[in-house]
Amino acid sequence: MVAQDAHAHAGPQGFIRKYVFSLDHKVIGLQYFFLALAAVFVGMFLSLLMRIHLIWPTAVLPLVGAIKPETYLSLLTMHGTIMVFFVLTTAPQGGFGNYFLPIQIGAADMAFPVLNMLSFWVTFLAFLVLLGAFFVQGGAPLHGWTGYPPLSALQSAGTGQGLGADLWVVSIALFCVGALMSALNFITTTLDMRAKGMSMMRMPLTCWAWFITAILGLLAFGVLFSAGILLLLDRNAGTSFFVPLVVVNGQVAAHKGGSPLLWQHLFWFFGHPEVYILILPAMGIVSEVLPTFARKPLFGYTVIVYSGVLIGFMGWGVWSHHMFAVGLGPIADSAFAATTMLIAIPTGVKIFNWIATLWGGDIRGTTALFFAVGFIAMFIIGGLSGVSHASPPADLQQTDTYYVVAHFHYVLFGGSVLGLFAGIYYWWPKMTGRLLNEPLGKWHFWLQLVGMNLAFFPMHLIGLLGMPRRVYTYAPELGVGALNLVSTIGAFLIAVSILVFLFNVWRSARHGQIAPNDPWGGATLEWSIPSPPPAYNFSVIPTVTSRMPRWQTEHHQPMQDPPAGPPAPIHVPGGSRWPLVAACGLPVMALSVLTHTLWVVFLGAAILLFAIYRWAFEPLEG
Amino acid sequence: MTEQSHPTAATYLRIGAMLVILTVLEVGVFYVPAFRAVLVPVLLVLSAAKFTLVVMFYMHLKADSRLLTFLFGAPLLLAVGVIVALLFLFLGTLTLRGAAGAG
Amino acid sequence: MTHAAPSPAMAHPTSMGIDNRKMAFWAFIGSECLLFGSLISTYLVYKGKSVVGPYPHDILNIPLTSGSTFDLLMSSLMMVLALAAVQRGNMKWGKIWLFSTALLGLVFLGAQVMEFTEFVHKGLTISTNLFGCTFFVLTGTHGAHVAVGVLWLLTLWVRALQGKLGSANATTVEITGLYWHFVDVVWIVIFTVVYLIQ
Repeated sequence: MVAQDAHAHAGPQGFIRKYVFSLDHKVIGLQYFFLALAAVFVGMFLSLLMRIHLIWPTAVLPLVGAIKPETYLSLLTMHGTIMVFFVLTTAPQGGFGNYFLPIQIGAADMAFPVLNMLSFWVTFLAFLVLLGAFFVQGGAPLHGWTGYPPLSALQSAGTGQGLGADLWVVSIALFCVGALMSALNFITTTLDMRAKGMSMMRMPLTCWAWFITAILGLLAFGVLFSAGILLLLDRNAGTSFFVPLVVVNGQVAAHKGGSPLLWQHLFWFFGHPEVYILILPAMGIVSEVLPTFARKPLFGYTVIVYSGVLIGFMGWGVWSHHMFAVGLGPIADSAFAATTMLIAIPTGVKIFNWIATLWGGDIRGTTALFFAVGFIAMFIIGGLSGVSHASPPADLQQTDTYYVVAHFHYVLFGGSVLGLFAGIYYWWPKMTGRLLNEPLGKWHFWLQLVGMNLAFFPMHLIGLLGMPRRVYTYAPELGVGALNLVSTIGAFLIAVSILVFLFNVWRSARHGQIAPNDPWGGATLEWSIPSPPPAYNFSVIPTVTSRMPRWQTEHHQPMQDPPAGPPAPIHVPGGSRWPLVAACGLPVMALSVLTHTLWVVFLGAAILLFAIYRWAFEPLEG
Repeated sequence: MTEQSHPTAATYLRIGAMLVILTVLEVGVFYVPAFRAVLVPVLLVLSAAKFTLVVMFYMHLKADSRLLTFLFGAPLLLAVGVIVALLFLFLGTLTLRGAAGAG
Repeated sequence: MTHAAPSPAMAHPTSMGIDNRKMAFWAFIGSECLLFGSLISTYLVYKGKSVVGPYPHDILNIPLTSGSTFDLLMSSLMMVLALAAVQRGNMKWGKIWLFSTALLGLVFLGAQVMEFTEFVHKGLTISTNLFGCTFFVLTGTHGAHVAVGVLWLLTLWVRALQGKLGSANATTVEITGLYWHFVDVVWIVIFTVVYLIQ
């Protein structure tokens, strides 16, 4: 998918070098996308199994068999973990961010291409480790994506809480390492690699979004990593960070003195910024798509930037709103309620700015625009249920019911996923050189929008009627049977819409219309280069004089697109296999905790160090 | 490359001497029973001083770009904030249940 | 074929005038503040809550640890002298100071190993009580960071011996210094919070 002008520019040759071990940010971005794609198939499959079970508890399914209560719990644990980490933390940031950040700021690549590749491989290995949980004795863990102890801290606490739960923790820890490295890259690239004239306040909103997301990740994933290590120690080394005196199956566990609340605090201190990590890139995409298809500059660029920054700052002070039911006391509850209500303000401001962007614009109804507008509508609904959660008394009724499930699916599916698709339809021609079919895109959109509302809206009612979350079945007297059926139908409709999308993708690859450099009349730098971009991105790095370089504005002429070929051959670094080798050292180190053997740590560390030394001290192969 | 003032070796040695003196004071406050009452605040101030000296001079933050101060300072503030918040949340001050501590 | 391409860090004039690696490293130090912050929070939250002994006052060795603290502070001094020497191009002293820093780091590690062994003999292991868990994880994580630092310093020292380190790549030494000083600074906090405030 990456164009090569083979005779003029040395680039990686051969399939493996070009697409597997490439240092090119565009290839790495695509690798993240493929990872997210694989993950979303697994995650969706799990959710469909869950939905079938909820309307037909005695179903016996091919391959899966009957779904036992504990199986249901492991389905939801893995569904949540995969979707949150490997789809929504990965695709918008690792996928789109890696692909487009350098291009949109006028750079040839990210600041640290080798570190970039290392982040990908570590994330990829994290996914494999997680999937491994399905195949080990006991199967996948039961403790939900939030992994609350004591359930998650005790090997004997249930099926899947043995090796499966250990693999879950190791996977999360590896993911943290990958995310941290990626964050370093994004921050440095955004601050230090901008083209001449590309001041921070001229950057596209997507770049701001990726930048703030990276800062959030830099700080939040360190805390999750610590918490994960402490959990791993509780599970395997007899520590009591999170485990009080507890009796399991009639046996007193060997732990004493710990507090399960400490995990909740550490987890949610990460977890709340994480939800902003999940939504900010999508908001950035919407902020770029709307002006393009309204043919009107973004309304209130500065305000939207500051709102994003403010959300980034304030997001650190709200975490215990996930803990209103644990008994923190009225002072703590009130403090967190106040901060939570305040954070709705910058978010609301953004929504008004988006609407104002569309207002009076020359609207072209492309699929990308539909998804962007869909984002706004669905995110408002999700935001409203979120505001209701901010009140502790109201939340005491809502927490741990399907109402919460409705809330986060509206913001994550209606928000992040719709935003992601807006980006996909917008940038597909740039990345692949072909257009996606618009009518099929519209079918995808409507089926998905109807499907998601059928799937998730009833959950508000189901939750308030008293159905808890994370239960494999419910009493008929609860009166939620019909609503659950509607929800399941919606889930399958979503799956159908995805099939439509995949058909569109296949069709586009076969005989899609060839895309010009700029199919949409976009304002930002990526539309000034070929589709797909050459390995070096810009034949000549442009000098930027406005926020919308390619548009005619009051004060500026549109920029000259870079010439078709560079004036002198541009050296493109070759690939490297060492980051993958280094990445492999990490799970080996983690294995030592699981096998209770110390020397395995040194083996893993040796692999890691060896690969680091090789890549640091040898020139990259050309 | 930005202009960086290069402190001399003498400056570094002086900072080193100050660090030693501060450490002696810290250990002194620990051992002298008369200071027990003010132990915690005095130690916090002394170690904060050592921390600042190393960061400002040895890590050159004082002379470097303010962006770097921000890149370090903001996370530091956040970390201190977390520590303080967790202490409050766990030591019962905010629960109105008295000093019994949270479960 | 392998004409070494200048890394993006050096080829591209930076937008903020700060070397990419230096900027990234300060950001990394920021994330380490949160990592150690969570471990320190955990220590403080469980301070005084151990149900069984040994307790801190039974077992912590202030004289030994004060010595370690001096050791690490002096190693920071040597690190900064090493950087100054390398920046001046004086590789003779650069090598001496780099090696001395690493040596003091090893002394620190040695003292820590002695301390840990002593504690285990006295009945404090990672799973004995809350003090054990939180102490060993916090100081152990710090110790692991020191160990990585020692390896890093020795690598630089070997490169210097091979003639591959000089004022042209002084930034590498500067970044090593940032890491080393940060590790020292974390120890300053640990020394106060764990050892002196009991």
